[in-house]
Amino acid sequence: MAKILAVDDSASMRGMVAFTLRGAGHEVSEAENGQLALDAARGSRFDLVLADVNMPVMDGISMVRELRTLTEYKGVPILMLTTESHTDKKMEGKAAGATGWLVKPFDPEQLLATVKRVLG
Amino acid sequence: MANVSLAQFHQTFFDESLEGLASMESALLSLDDGGDTELVHGIFRAAHSIKGGAATFGFPEMAAFTHEAESLLDELRDGRRVVDSNIIELLLRTVDCLRGMFDRAQAGEPLADADSEAVRQELAAAMGHGVAVVAKAAVSDQADAWVIDFRPHPTMLAGGNEPIRMIRELAELGRLEVVANCDALPELAKLDPSQCHLSWHITLHAPVKRSAITGVFDWVEDECDLKVEPLLAVAPVAEAVTVAAVRAANETPAAPRATREATANSETSSVRVGIDKIDSLIDLVGELVITQSMLDPFRDDFDMSRLEHLRQGLAQLARHTRALQESVMGIRMLPIGSVFNRFPRLVRDLSNKLGKQVKLDLIGEQTELDKTVLEKIGDPLVHLVRNAIDHGLESPERRRAAGKGDTGTLRLEAFHRGGSIVVEVSDDGAGLNRQAIINKAIQRGLIASGDNLGDDAVAELIFQPGFSTAAATTDLSGRGVGMDVVRRNVVDLGGTVAIRSTEGKGTVFTITLPLTLAIIDGLTAAVGDERYIVPLVSIVESVQLRGDAIRSVAGGGELFRFRDGYLPIIRLHEVFGIAGARTTIDEGLVVVVEGEGSRVGLFIDELIGQQQAVVKSLEANFRRVNGISGATILSDGSVALIVDVLGLVRMQGRKRAA
Repeated sequence: MAKILAVDDSASMRGMVAFTLRGAGHEVSEAENGQLALDAARGSRFDLVLADVNMPVMDGISMVRELRTLTEYKGVPILMLTTESHTDKKMEGKAAGATGWLVKPFDPEQLLATVKRVLG
Repeated sequence: MANVSLAQFHQTFFDESLEGLASMESALLSLDDGGDTELVHGIFRAAHSIKGGAATFGFPEMAAFTHEAESLLDELRDGRRVVDSNIIELLLRTVDCLRGMFDRAQAGEPLADADSEAVRQELAAAMGHGVAVVAKAAVSDQADAWVIDFRPHPTMLAGGNEPIRMIRELAELGRLEVVANCDALPELAKLDPSQCHLSWHITLHAPVKRSAITGVFDWVEDECDLKVEPLLAVAPVAEAVTVAAVRAANETPAAPRATREATANSETSSVRVGIDKIDSLIDLVGELVITQSMLDPFRDDFDMSRLEHLRQGLAQLARHTRALQESVMGIRMLPIGSVFNRFPRLVRDLSNKLGKQVKLDLIGEQTELDKTVLEKIGDPLVHLVRNAIDHGLESPERRRAAGKGDTGTLRLEAFHRGGSIVVEVSDDGAGLNRQAIINKAIQRGLIASGDNLGDDAVAELIFQPGFSTAAATTDLSGRGVGMDVVRRNVVDLGGTVAIRSTEGKGTVFTITLPLTLAIIDGLTAAVGDERYIVPLVSIVESVQLRGDAIRSVAGGGELFRFRDGYLPIIRLHEVFGIAGARTTIDEGLVVVVEGEGSRVGLFIDELIGQQQAVVKSLEANFRRVNGISGATILSDGSVALIVDVLGLVRMQGRKRAA
């Protein structure tokens, strides 16, 4: 099963994502913002990163940009968790190097389907 | 199934959202004072998180409501709209509405009410649109089979998108014929493996909509050239699509109801603990385990030559146990800032309403308090702050006349003193009006005349039930609940309230609270063979009386002279029915205790010593007993009951009244 990093400043969202993925047998690490996620990513090799866009300290888009400068994370799937009202954020995320997105609100089934889609 | 697993995150969602609302509120107030745009980003983020969470965890009304506020904030953030006091006012009311929604969500009630609907419409109006529903025309092609031409740009792999995954996804829709095109593949020496050099020509035999196919490629729309064409064109079946969409739309709202039912029963309070606190706890437990393994060999194999080792081990055990105790208590400790946070808003609203100018200073917001104490200290503080603005601080005109600046200062300060937490509410207003208080007290029959009263005794009068000197009852403070309620709330928490006032200079209320309710400092008292714990906070002093110092009064009561007055004696052996205790006054001790401002003397055999007592609930294990607040285990393993001083004082008062 995959090693996944869940990044969101909201503990409830993070908890929901982590709980769902752990339930599917994945190993999940959590980070509260982009900066902490980068620290975690440098110390470990994740197969997938799921990141919120709006976060304090470092937002998701800057985080993706930074992650893509690391050799280990060149081709690793990174999904943005974004809200419908911000379609432009999807494109901004893509431009920064994100693999794709998952539109909030999503339920556990949608999350698992999307993760399955990137991890095959 | 999905709802059951989501419900467990509701409490976290509520907690973090209420925190978010508090920070939104304080940021809005700072913005009102001319703060920078960074604040707007913070406010937006908080609203955004609440919206996202509300939608995810099944609170669609809340999500829709927050969406309106978010749109407005988005314009402020982008500079498309300028912040003014009307917008801040509206957003503050939005925060209030959301708080209300969270209260109702926790109670499992419908979220929207008249207030929230009014605010929602105002928000929508501010955005210059009503309820705009943009119905997109569904352009949906349908075909029995499709031809797909998929040419990824060379850089597509860098974004983490694998073409093979998309082809696999297409294969789930139906039978595929895939032809890879290797024309663009460079020779091996020049091949850059991080780039994509292949393209594909795919035939999909499946009666699906075009969107099902383009959906597979939605993440890479701008990173590839994609052509999707029907192999055999057929007429679109628009009607069927519409029906399905409508049905889906009708079914969605049913889901959250089940979720809400699940939350209604699970309103357990939780506490968020910093990871550093947990880590230090784990460290300490580790130390304890090491100490235990150090002591373990002594069990089977001990002789006096190893006594020193045993002593060292026991000393270490004592040290670690104490550290562990402190650390565990620390888990329940939260900074008082969360209570202080509500005051900037309160002070702003009140001072505007009363036409006073007030500057609020908050000091020591990081001071930590037990969660239970924290939850209950809010109301007394609100009362003191209201009083200070309403009665304490003067209008700008009167301040000028008194030679002070127009703006009054209200200070909330929290700090540690010894084993207690002190919270002070001070103002530089007019102070207590000694003569007005004395007049009122005489009028109420509380005192006969004010001739000999010291300042302390006068200040003490305002804690009497129903006491108020306000000339006119305002809708702010004079609601009939007065300082007596404040004192009772604080005393219930094991604390005390003191007042210090200088006429013309201001007033200071000092609330002293215990660090925790779980452990108390007490004196162990012997009564016959029984041991009682008397909480240290309520002890004034202990005296040995001569038998002739006692006055008997009608009805069997006993009084003794203490300083400049007489106090009733409560014989614990009589109250708790203990045989074999000392009954002659000069053989035992009288401990003077204070509760709710009244003092009584507790007659006991003797005091044994001081100790910390871990409070165990008597109600949970047995039942409520008058005069007893709980139980604890003594060092010899026996049980001692903790005396409820307040309860005894009230019992005495009832006896006197009867």
